[in-house]
Amino acid sequence: MMQDWASWAIETAKLRGATYSDARVMDIRQREVGTKNGEVGTLVESETLGIGIRVIAGGAWGFASTDRLTREGIQACAAEAVAIAKSSALAKRADVALAPEKPHVDTWQNPFLKDPFRIPVERQIAVLLAADKEMLRVKGVTLAEGSMSFKRIDQLFVSSIGSVIHQVKMHSGAGIVATSFAGTEIQKRSYPNSFGGQHALQGYELVEALDLAGNAQRTAEDSVALHSAAQCPEGSKTIILGGSQLGLQIHESIGHPVELDRVLGQEANFAGMSFLTIEKLRKLKYGSDIVNVVADARLEHGPGLGTFAYDDEGVPAQCTPIITDGLFTGYLSNRELASAIGETRSGGTMRSESWNRLPMIRMTNISINPGTWSYDDLIADSDDAILMETNRSWSIDDRRYHFQFSTEIGWEVKGGKLSRMIKNPSYSGITTEFWNSCDAICSRDHWTLWGTPNCGKGQPMQTMGTGHGASPARFRNIKVGVAFAK
Amino acid sequence: MKRTRKKSASKRLRSTPATQSSNHPNGARFTSSELEHIADRIIRWSDADETEVEIDATVDALTRFANNAIHQNVAEHTLGISVRAVVDGRTARAATNKTDEESLRRVIAAAVSLARNQPENPDLLPILGPQKYQKVWNFYRSTVAATPQDRARAVARVCKMAEHADQTAAGIFTTGFVQSVLANSKGLFARHDHTRAEFSVTILEDDSSGWAKANSADILNIDPDALFESASEKAAGSRKPQELAPGRYTAILEPPAVLDLMGSIFYDFAGTGVLDKRSCLNDRMGKKIFGDNITLWDDVYHPLQIGAPWDGEGLPRQKVLLVDRGIPKNLVYSRATAKKMKAKPTGHGFTLPNEFGEAPMNLVFSGGDKSLDDMIRATERGILVTRLWYIREVDPYEKVLTGMTRDGTFLVENGRVAGGIRNFRFNQSVIEALANVEMLGPAVRATGEESFEMVVPAMKINNFHFSEVTKF
Repeated sequence: MMQDWASWAIETAKLRGATYSDARVMDIRQREVGTKNGEVGTLVESETLGIGIRVIAGGAWGFASTDRLTREGIQACAAEAVAIAKSSALAKRADVALAPEKPHVDTWQNPFLKDPFRIPVERQIAVLLAADKEMLRVKGVTLAEGSMSFKRIDQLFVSSIGSVIHQVKMHSGAGIVATSFAGTEIQKRSYPNSFGGQHALQGYELVEALDLAGNAQRTAEDSVALHSAAQCPEGSKTIILGGSQLGLQIHESIGHPVELDRVLGQEANFAGMSFLTIEKLRKLKYGSDIVNVVADARLEHGPGLGTFAYDDEGVPAQCTPIITDGLFTGYLSNRELASAIGETRSGGTMRSESWNRLPMIRMTNISINPGTWSYDDLIADSDDAILMETNRSWSIDDRRYHFQFSTEIGWEVKGGKLSRMIKNPSYSGITTEFWNSCDAICSRDHWTLWGTPNCGKGQPMQTMGTGHGASPARFRNIKVGVAFAK
Repeated sequence: MKRTRKKSASKRLRSTPATQSSNHPNGARFTSSELEHIADRIIRWSDADETEVEIDATVDALTRFANNAIHQNVAEHTLGISVRAVVDGRTARAATNKTDEESLRRVIAAAVSLARNQPENPDLLPILGPQKYQKVWNFYRSTVAATPQDRARAVARVCKMAEHADQTAAGIFTTGFVQSVLANSKGLFARHDHTRAEFSVTILEDDSSGWAKANSADILNIDPDALFESASEKAAGSRKPQELAPGRYTAILEPPAVLDLMGSIFYDFAGTGVLDKRSCLNDRMGKKIFGDNITLWDDVYHPLQIGAPWDGEGLPRQKVLLVDRGIPKNLVYSRATAKKMKAKPTGHGFTLPNEFGEAPMNLVFSGGDKSLDDMIRATERGILVTRLWYIREVDPYEKVLTGMTRDGTFLVENGRVAGGIRNFRFNQSVIEALANVEMLGPAVRATGEESFEMVVPAMKINNFHFSEVTKF
C-alpha cells in the first residue's frame, strides 16, 4: 500500500502543477519504559502512520501531511501542498533549484540482532527495576531512575524523478540515573551517559551489553560521594574530556555550526545562525593539526543515530570531511543549498522526525577521528589537569561561538595520576580557540559512537537523533569553574 | 528610522467574532461527535478493568521565512488516539493514529497487555467519574479561517518593509486548532477545542539583530507589522555594539526574557519534584526566599492564558497560589502525589502513567505598575535584555542557570538607552534574581523559545550576574 499512497501523491502533485515532488510514507512504532525508585513509571507504546508530501510549484516550496490514507485523503493533501507552494511564491526571491541527483530504487534495513519489540516488556521492566534496586541500596541516594526506549521506522520515499527507496531503521536506547540530595546540593550520576543513556541504531543487544544493574552501584556511590568532593577550581587549566562529553562538544560546537541552512540564515529566527560563514571554507583553521572530523552517515562508520542508506530527499549516505588536519573543509548540505558552496551534489543530510515534518539539514554522525594515545598514557602525560566526564549542562550562543559546559563529575590529575574527585566541574570558551588547543586524542580502542537522541531544530520543532564518535581528548589553557564563580 | 505602519494582516483577515467551536470547524477532519464516537467504541470494546481514552485532532500550518522570502511552508492534519488500560491494579498506555476497527482493537490490546505484564502499582488510584468543568474561551473562528495566502501576504509585506529598511527578516507565521476529547469507562467526558496563532520575527543587520513575537488564540490579536517595527527598531538601535566587561549589572528584562528564566523553575512547584528531592523548594516552602513584590499563581482561567480546564486524568484544574509576596506557599499535585503527600489534588497531573507527576503550566505573575520606560529612566547603569537563549541548569538546588542574551541587548546609562552591546553569558540564580526585583511592569501574555507561554511582567533586577561576553 505504501507504494500506492506515494504514487497517488506524486501523480496529484504533478497534475496540480508541481515541477518536483516527493512523498514519504512513514510507519513508526515506539516503546518507552521508565522506572523510578523501584516502581514502573512510563509504560507506553505508540504507532503512527502517515504521509508527507513535498512539492515545488511556482518556483517555491510547499509541504502538507496527513494520516488520512485514502485515495481522496492523499489527493487532497497533495493538492494542499501545491496550493501552499503557490502561496509561498508570493514571497520568493528566486526559483528553487535542486542539485542533480540520480533516481535510486533500493531497499535497506539496518542490521540488528534482537528485535526489542519481541522482548517481553516484563523482562525490560525487570532489568530497570534490578538497576533501581542496586542504586537504592547505596545510602544517600534519594532518587533512582531507569529508562529504555525503542523505535522502529519503516519508511518509503518516492520522488518525481523516479526514486523509490524503502528503509527500515531500528533504534534502541537505555540508561540509569542516581540522584542524591543533601544539605543544599543535588548531585547526580548517570550511566552510561546523561539524558537517557546510550542510543544507537541497534536492537535489544545494545541494552544487554550495557549491563545496567552491574553498573548501578558504582553510579550511585559516585552521586553520594560528590557531596564531599572538592569544588572545581576557577582559572585556566588543562582539561581532559571523557568520550561522551567530547561527543556533545562536537555536536554543539562543530555539528551545528556546519549546518548550511543555519549558515545561510534559514534558522535565524529560532535555532540561530553560525559563525562559520562560507568564505571560511577551506581557509579557517578550526582546530589543531590532530583534529579530524567527518560527517559520516554510512553504515561502515557504525550503528549511530545518524546512520542510514539514503537521506529524506533520496540522496545516498556519504562521508563528508568537516575538519581535515585542523582545516575547515566541509558543510552539511542538501540539494537546494549545495550550489551555495560550489558543490554539484548534496551531501545527503536531509532528515525528518516523522511523516508530518519537513526534511531539513540535520547532523548525521559527526565524529572526531581517533588519535594515537592510549588512555593510560594520556593521564600519565598530564601533570596538572582536570578530567571531566558525563554532561550535566550545555549552553552555546546562537552563532555557536561562545559555549559553557558542565559535567556530572571530575577528577584531579596530578603528576600523571588520577587523584581526588571534583564536583561541579565546568568549562567555557570560544569554539575555534577551544579546538585549536587540543593536543591529544585517544586511540580507536577508546572511541565510542555516542547517540544524542534529543537534538531540536526547526519550526515546527523536530527532535532528531544524531551520532558522535569520540574518544577522550586533552585541551590546554581552558577556562574552568566559571559556572560557579561568584 | 521612521517607518509608516501599514494595515496589518490581521485586519485583512475575515473579522469573525470570537466564539466557541461549532460542531465541525472549518478544515477539521472530524466533528466533535465523531471524536466522541471513537472514544465510545474504544471504551465499549475494551476488556480492561478501567479504560481511559484521550484524542487530539490537530490541524496546523506554519509559514516560515528567512532572507526576506518564504523558504518553508507546511501544513499537517494529525490524529492522536491514546488509550490507558487498568488491569488488576496496573496501568499502561498505547497510542495510534488509525481509526479502523482492527487498529482500535489492537491499541486496546496493546495497552491491556502492557498493563498486565508489570508489577502491581500500589499508588494507582481508580479512574475518576464524571466531572464538572469551568468554561474556558480558547476557540476563534478568525484563526481557523486563516489561509496560506493570508499568512503569505503578511509575510511578504514584512519582508518588503525589511528590504526597504536595508534589513533582513526571518520568522514564522503559524495558525492552527486542536480538538481534544478525554473520556473514560466511569462516564467522565471532557471536550476542549482551542485555536492558536503566532507570529515571530527576527530582524538582522550586519552587526546587530532584533526580535519580537506574539501568540494568541485569536489571530486578530496578532499584528505582524507592529512586531516587525519593534524588531526592526531593536536591530537598528543596537548597531555597532560595544563590548562591556562581564560583571554584576542591573538588568531590565523584557517579559519574554522573564518567561525564559521562569521556564526553568516551574517544575520545582510540582509535588513530585519535592517528593523526589529534586526541587529547589525542598526545605524552602513557607520561607521568604523571593522579594515582597513576587506573587505567582497557576491559573488556566486567567483571560490571557490558553489551556484545557482539566488535567491528564480529567480532574478540573484549580487556580493555585504558588508564591505569596515572596513566600512559596503551595505546590501543585496530581491525585497520586496528593495522596502520598497528604495534600489535596489540584488538577495539574500529567497523563498516566508517568514518573513526573504534575506541573503548573499556566503561570501568572501579579505584576506591577511600572512601564519599561519607567525602569529605564530609573536606571543609572544597566543592561536592557530583549530575550534569552539556550538556558540550562547549572545548580539545581540554588537554581543557578546559564544562558545567553540575544537579539537586542542594550546598555542603559543615566536613564536612557545608550546603544547596543555584545551579547553576554549569564550564570545567575533565579532564586536570587527574584529576591532582587526592584520594579515590575504589568503582567502580559509573553511567548518565547525557552518555555511555554506565561503571563509575566518586565522586571528590573539588581545585581544580575553576566559572567562572560561573546564576540557579537
